[in-house]
Amino acid sequence: MNTLLTRRRFVVGGALGAGALALGGCDALDQSADVDSALRSAEALTLDAQRMLLRRRPLAREYSAADISPTFRVNGTQAPDSAEYAALHENAFAAWKLKIDGLVNRPMELSRAELKKLPSRTQITRHDCVEGWSAIGQWTGVQLGLVLQAAGLKPNARFAVFHCADELEKTFDGSGRYYESIDLVDAFHPQTILAYAMNGADLTVGHGAPLRLRVERQLGYKHAKYVMRIEIVEDFGGLWGGRGGYWEDRGYQWYAGI
Amino acid sequence: MNVVMRHSHSTSDPRTVLIRRHSVVVRMTHWLNVLCLAILLLSGLQIFNAYPRLHWGQYGADADRAVLEIGASDSGPGSHGFVKLGNVSVPTTGVLGLSKADGEWTQRAFPVWLTLPSYQDLAAGRRWHFFFAWVFVANGAVYLTYGLLTGHIRRDLAPDRHELAPRHLWRDIIDHIHLRFPAGERARRYNALQKLAYIAVVAGLLPLMVLTGLTMSPGMDAAFPVLLDIFGGRQSARTLHFISASLIVLFVIVHVAMVILSGPWNNMRSMITGRYAIRQKEPDA
Repeated sequence: MNTLLTRRRFVVGGALGAGALALGGCDALDQSADVDSALRSAEALTLDAQRMLLRRRPLAREYSAADISPTFRVNGTQAPDSAEYAALHENAFAAWKLKIDGLVNRPMELSRAELKKLPSRTQITRHDCVEGWSAIGQWTGVQLGLVLQAAGLKPNARFAVFHCADELEKTFDGSGRYYESIDLVDAFHPQTILAYAMNGADLTVGHGAPLRLRVERQLGYKHAKYVMRIEIVEDFGGLWGGRGGYWEDRGYQWYAGI
Repeated sequence: MNVVMRHSHSTSDPRTVLIRRHSVVVRMTHWLNVLCLAILLLSGLQIFNAYPRLHWGQYGADADRAVLEIGASDSGPGSHGFVKLGNVSVPTTGVLGLSKADGEWTQRAFPVWLTLPSYQDLAAGRRWHFFFAWVFVANGAVYLTYGLLTGHIRRDLAPDRHELAPRHLWRDIIDHIHLRFPAGERARRYNALQKLAYIAVVAGLLPLMVLTGLTMSPGMDAAFPVLLDIFGGRQSARTLHFISASLIVLFVIVHVAMVILSGPWNNMRSMITGRYAIRQKEPDA
């Protein structure tokens, strides 16, 4: 019995010791550049696998009005903190214009009234935050594909970059400004819309007034709020941190389908 | 499971024979699975910490009712950690909700020693989680393909009708309670409770982990909307993911306890070298 206990203690102690060593080592591993690039390689696999499964461009589930969340959580920026934005808000975004430029044949500027005159799409969809919570809301806006078709893409166009009015982090170089990017597969998906209304009313400031992106099938941080300008690029490597978005520059996946 | 070696030379003693218990594929996938599950659990708790509430249904956020919440009452002195299940709140200061990080009392659902990385970093937790989720799925696919093609699952894990008889199961339960483990010829094969536990994990909990995990992916939900119907919504799937992870932890605790109680060296040797010792009575003693 005595030996058994000693053995048992040894095994348990050994297992705990190995566990503690492993745990202590994990933070060191986490900060190693090689380990990090190995871990990041899974993102390409996820993107390829999901693109294969989504090749027929299915729609994300659309819910009924009864499913809408009673309270839709306001996340990220609550209100952009700049004099320009305050001035736009002051006169109900009458002076606001969405710029579309970059690799397009016809750079454009569209007011909210002009956007509202274009054919609209309304969809009740689920917003999934990277943190884990979800909220269901109704969104109305213009299909991004329609706007991009009107602007005419140059042959080397690959990504749409959304430049936003909000600075989520105050920095001297402006690198805390929110931006996002999606590729043309997502840009031309029928449910990818530039939304100006939510639950039947104009977007509130908390939810991204005057215009936000809805890119259903990806997580919440891709759905840029306060969109001021859409720039069509071949490569987003030269923008800010080079990873294609505010959160991407802070370690999150560019492809947020999972 | 053929006899490979004889140990004892005495004719009056029972002799010990080493049988081949675990094939090389089972051993390798077992240990890779240990690594995957450990990392998936710790990085999963890191991800949970980003939003430490569970809901049921299609949606769920701060303003909605939670089925489980791990949190802390207001910051400052007098603050305490709690786990709230429905309407029942249990104080858990020091471990859950409120624990020390770098010597400071910090509001976090799971403590630093249970998350990967130890500090709060959702992006890093997700990188670990998804990398090892791929390894886990590939490893599981190798095991299941091997197990089905070679008959390992049918032969070694599937209980036969005789073993499922209530009397037989009851005797197995009593034997386990008294820590009486099969010896001799009977030790060649898994007992009925063991088979049921392994089958439940291999064919139940682990696939459930993968499917509920995938249901949290907005991309997968668009590709396979049926996932949302099976699990009753993304938030239900997140809750089920948490419950099945807890059940896997429970299984591992019992599994490791059984390994230790029924002969740790023999069991460990069999899962490392494949060879398992059983004591046989001399056939003509």
